[in-house]
Amino acid sequence: MKKTLQILTLALLLAGLFTGVALAQDDTPTDDEVNAIASQLYCPVCENTPLDVCPTEACRQWRELIRLQLSQGMTETEIKQYFMDNYGARVLAEPPRAGLNWLVYLLPPAIILLGAFFLFRSFREWTKPKVEAAGVGGERGAASSPEKDDYVARLEEELKKRK
Amino acid sequence: MTETTPQKRGVPLWVQIVIWAFLVALLALVGVILGKRQQGTVQPGDKIPDFTLPLFSGYEYEGQSEVKLSDFQGKIVVLNFWASWCKPCEQEAAELEEAWKFYEPSGKVIFLGADYVDTEPEARAYLKKFGITFFNGPDMGTKISQLFRIRGVPETYFIDQNGALYYVKIGPFLSVDEIKSIIDQKLQ
Repeated sequence: MKKTLQILTLALLLAGLFTGVALAQDDTPTDDEVNAIASQLYCPVCENTPLDVCPTEACRQWRELIRLQLSQGMTETEIKQYFMDNYGARVLAEPPRAGLNWLVYLLPPAIILLGAFFLFRSFREWTKPKVEAAGVGGERGAASSPEKDDYVARLEEELKKRK
Repeated sequence: MTETTPQKRGVPLWVQIVIWAFLVALLALVGVILGKRQQGTVQPGDKIPDFTLPLFSGYEYEGQSEVKLSDFQGKIVVLNFWASWCKPCEQEAAELEEAWKFYEPSGKVIFLGADYVDTEPEARAYLKKFGITFFNGPDMGTKISQLFRIRGVPETYFIDQNGALYYVKIGPFLSVDEIKSIIDQKLQ
């Protein structure tokens, strides 16, 4: 029993050792790591296709390039910068915040805010109790209620006083 | 006793003007961008603005690591857009190299290869595979291809001795004679 336990312990130790070696040797970036960056880039050949799902040969080469750059220790920012320098800003899923690109970031929220403001104003107008437009000399609705009659009478009295 | 009639407050005039001016400007911007996109490639007769092409190491021009179009004033420039992932480009690679070898000794014609959205290792492998020796480099940031408004690869642009475009070839050349006939019409 004791011997079996010793053999088992040794086997476990060796297994752990080899696993460690295997992990240390395998420093090739995984597809998930590559795609995490590729999904933030777009194929310049076929429009509107993210790099991680693009089936063209060009995109396959690019994904391999990302894998190589990751294995060389380049960061995500450095890789994206490399792609922008080499292929232009249009390959970035998120355009750089500069120049006319600011419109992309500022315009939609501005339009939403403006729309919300006008909607708020309109709703407020609609829900406000309507003040009768019948002013001086207005007959429309004047005789519709006793309150109105009273109001018109007072108004006429005021006007007479001013004459 | 004074009664005030509630007045309906509208959007101030200046706000309306600003909003309309902004919308008009936005539409104009979209119009300009769409117009440029539908322009097509540069046309024969157009004067080509100066551009800079960085060169791959081993493909330098007189020791320079980059060339400008203006460096070749007085010469015919054959500017070929290609990529290693482009299968039709392979059809014309040998023809282009053969034509370059034919005109190189005269010094009157320059061949330039602009590698379009490619990766350098694959581009180098392509150049090696087809034994290409004329000046080649990456189209950094796709600036040159945007200048010519190319639609794809391969496309080849023939620029005369005065820097004006005189012929555009969309797609691969079918033979060396086709390339020669286009060059010779300006050499004579």
